[in-house]
Amino acid sequence: MFENLTERLSRTVQQLRGKGRLTEDGVRDTLREIRIALLEADVALPVVQSFIQGVREKALGQEFLKSLTPGQAMVKLVHDELVQIMGVQNEALDLRAQAPVPILLAGLQGSGKTTTTAKLARLLIEQEKKRVMVVSCDVYRPAAIEQLKTLADQVGAIFQPSTAGQKPADIAKNALRAARQQMCDVLLVDTAGRLHVDEEMMAEIRQIHAVISPHETLFVVDAMTGQDAANTAAAFNQALDLTGIVLTKTDGDARGGAALSVRQITGKPVKFLGSGEKTDALQPFHPERVASRILGMGDVLSLVEEVHRKVDQKKAEKLVRKMRRGSGFDLDDFRSQMEQMQNMGGLGGLMDKLPGMSNLPDNVKAQVENHQTRQMIAIINSMTPQERRFPDVIRGSRKKRIARGSGTQIQAVNRLLKQHGQMQKMMKKMGKGGMARMMKKMGKLQGQLPPGGFPGGGAGGKMPF
Amino acid sequence: MLRIFRKNKKKPGEVQDVQLRPAEQSGQDLLEKRLEDTRRQLGKRLGALLSNRSAIDDELLEEIETALITSDIGVQAALEITGNLQAAISNKVITQAKQVLPAVQAELYELIEPCEQFLHIDEAHRPFVILMVGVNGAGKTTTIGKLAQRYKEEGLSVMLAAGDTFRAAAVEQLKSWGDRNDVPVIAQGSGADSAAVVFDALQSAKARKIDVLIADTAGRLHTQANLMEELKKVHRVMGKLDATAPHEIMLVVDAGTGQNALNQAREFNKAIGLTGITVTKLDGTAKGGVLFGIAHELGIPIRFIGVGEAAKDLRPFDAGSFVNAILPID
Ligand SMILES: Nc1nc2c(ncn2[C@@H]2O[C@H](COP(=O)(O)OP(=O)(O)O)[C@@H](O)[C@H]2O)c(=O)[nH]1
Ligand SMILES: Nc1nc2c(ncn2[C@@H]2O[C@H](COP(=O)(O)OP(=O)(O)O)[C@@H](O)[C@H]2O)c(=O)[nH]1
Ligand SMILES: [Mg+2]
Ligand SMILES: [Mg+2]
Repeated sequence: MFENLTERLSRTVQQLRGKGRLTEDGVRDTLREIRIALLEADVALPVVQSFIQGVREKALGQEFLKSLTPGQAMVKLVHDELVQIMGVQNEALDLRAQAPVPILLAGLQGSGKTTTTAKLARLLIEQEKKRVMVVSCDVYRPAAIEQLKTLADQVGAIFQPSTAGQKPADIAKNALRAARQQMCDVLLVDTAGRLHVDEEMMAEIRQIHAVISPHETLFVVDAMTGQDAANTAAAFNQALDLTGIVLTKTDGDARGGAALSVRQITGKPVKFLGSGEKTDALQPFHPERVASRILGMGDVLSLVEEVHRKVDQKKAEKLVRKMRRGSGFDLDDFRSQMEQMQNMGGLGGLMDKLPGMSNLPDNVKAQVENHQTRQMIAIINSMTPQERRFPDVIRGSRKKRIARGSGTQIQAVNRLLKQHGQMQKMMKKMGKGGMARMMKKMGKLQGQLPPGGFPGGGAGGKMPF
Repeated sequence: MLRIFRKNKKKPGEVQDVQLRPAEQSGQDLLEKRLEDTRRQLGKRLGALLSNRSAIDDELLEEIETALITSDIGVQAALEITGNLQAAISNKVITQAKQVLPAVQAELYELIEPCEQFLHIDEAHRPFVILMVGVNGAGKTTTIGKLAQRYKEEGLSVMLAAGDTFRAAAVEQLKSWGDRNDVPVIAQGSGADSAAVVFDALQSAKARKIDVLIADTAGRLHTQANLMEELKKVHRVMGKLDATAPHEIMLVVDAGTGQNALNQAREFNKAIGLTGITVTKLDGTAKGGVLFGIAHELGIPIRFIGVGEAAKDLRPFDAGSFVNAILPID
């Protein structure tokens, strides 16, 4: 999601490499580039402005920076500023309240509230073993209540019926009572989409809020949102005193600037990412990973490393270790994985059912079955062992050589490297041994699977983090 | 990207008097008031900057840049426009503060005006088939409801095809729009093959001599290769019954979308060839400036704008109003 911003920032910072000290001009030029990069990623203008302001002050103010090369210093500044905005740790749902804990979901039309309600219900039921009730206060959108009912049935949540004739605040109040009577742990209240400029609708949701006093009020926002994220987030935060944010539709190629905007403007943490339409496509949000991602995995991070090493030896070492662990999945592993999957034959639909796999980008999934797999293996075969271990070294001339060696085009090499990058990220998410476990499971399943499909139900789909 | 201030440009101020509100509107006081309010706020700010000075200063240029960037026009385009503006000022092409806004407006107008192409239902095709596509939650189904009412009121017979077989209760949602407009909806169960539903519907529409068939599809992100393939299949099966169908392939874009909308337009266009765009949710504070980029790169006609959730909240796209909402002159 954050790739474009990453590329842009790395390029900017690379230009600074090797130059002399940080001059005021140098800082200004770099900041201009960073400003453009952030705006291109759809970060809201006011947020960009305060971001740049923060970096500028520090860049011109800090003594110790003079001893370093400008690129490194700047990267560290930008990195630190991003971390400061995004926060450091994942903030989980706070359920420490008297049951039933009411949770309210709010947001614009079509942002993904109803889907997220179902996803949260599933998460709480499966991972926290909670008894969850859901209710829809959407009396406006045709079949909105029906939609939630269908999803509630799918995820095994208790569905509290409501009708389009009722008043939304009454629906919420009744649901709270029902949840208490039925000994539920959590009540998830889905609401109609609304524009922040619609005064009556904003009054309505304030009323719902007042009636149930939610312990969590989540603002559900589409990751593809542009500059308007600033206006809407501010208005919803003011009206409802949000406690957290859910960023949906992160499975596309949105640059994700909205995450930064909404976080900065509301001061509230992004708690979850929605990454697909299915009810298991919800992940806890880890801000520290995003700051790194925004800054780029390869070059830029290693620059940060260098800075850290100079500034704080211990910290830097820790970072290096952490990164080593993350990039343990090299191209050799990628190749043997593809070979294994090839051996198993048509896996397409099966992959979705395996824990974690539904979150793989579609193009990664597709390549497993694809005839491209053979080509990809050929590409990896044309690499030196060092290149396989450290794919970052594969640049222009090496790419050309590899493409020639494997009888492919540079684009194919690029595609492979990108897919490997995505896999690597995935691996990280799955944690150590996750892949091995999964492969084993795949092998087993293969023997048992009746032709024509996978028996429904059992797939946990949980991510091990 | 923008070719601002060429010699034979439109006269400054030409778009000034274009109203946001199309003539046919009435009885929509609240919405109108809201649209007007947001427009005014910006107009006031710009107006204030203009009123008490004749010289052009940085503050004015900055306000314009801000208005452009926050409209989602894209930072490069915004910088190019203000850059050209600065050049025009230093070349003395523009000498007075009051020329500035109209000049930028004219430029924006010129860029998007070619896309102001009304959707004509060609009677040579019966049914005239409209295929609605777009990412999740953009407003496809709602726009279909609005179109259904519109064409019904024009005296055309309308049929809907429930091609979104994926999302929970998507079929019910469309059926409800069908009921309201008293329009038949062809549907199969949820999970059915979307292409099959659309095929059925087209067959039935032909048999019943329906004038307009509007096919809904499931929302899909343009990065999902398999779902884009599915869309191509929907397109293909129609061709088996009517080689010219669909006659309109309409992308529905949420005005709140940032630069990603450009990717959406590009990818959907590559996959099935778009012939029209509808921009929804312009009743909020989002301006939909990314359409300039789409217009510039792809030139796809912009058919309608959505300004609310009710059936009546659909208007033909009007380039003048659109520009005026981004850079209002009060
Ligand atoms: N790709 C993707 N689609 C999503 C995600 N979350 C929701 N959606 C889709 O977005 C559309 C709108 O979602 P819905 O929950 O109805 O939004 P609401 O109007 O806010 O309740 C539906 O098509 C959902 O399937 C997500 O994380 N990824
Ligand atoms: N405010 C506003 N909401 C809209 C507009 N068009 C659609 N919506 C809302 O956006 C949400 C998603 O619309 P829907 O038609 O279901 O989107 P689809 O997933 O693309 O079919 C619904 O809550 C609609 O009521 C519009 O022009 N303005
Ligand atoms: Mg909903
Ligand atoms: Mg729909």
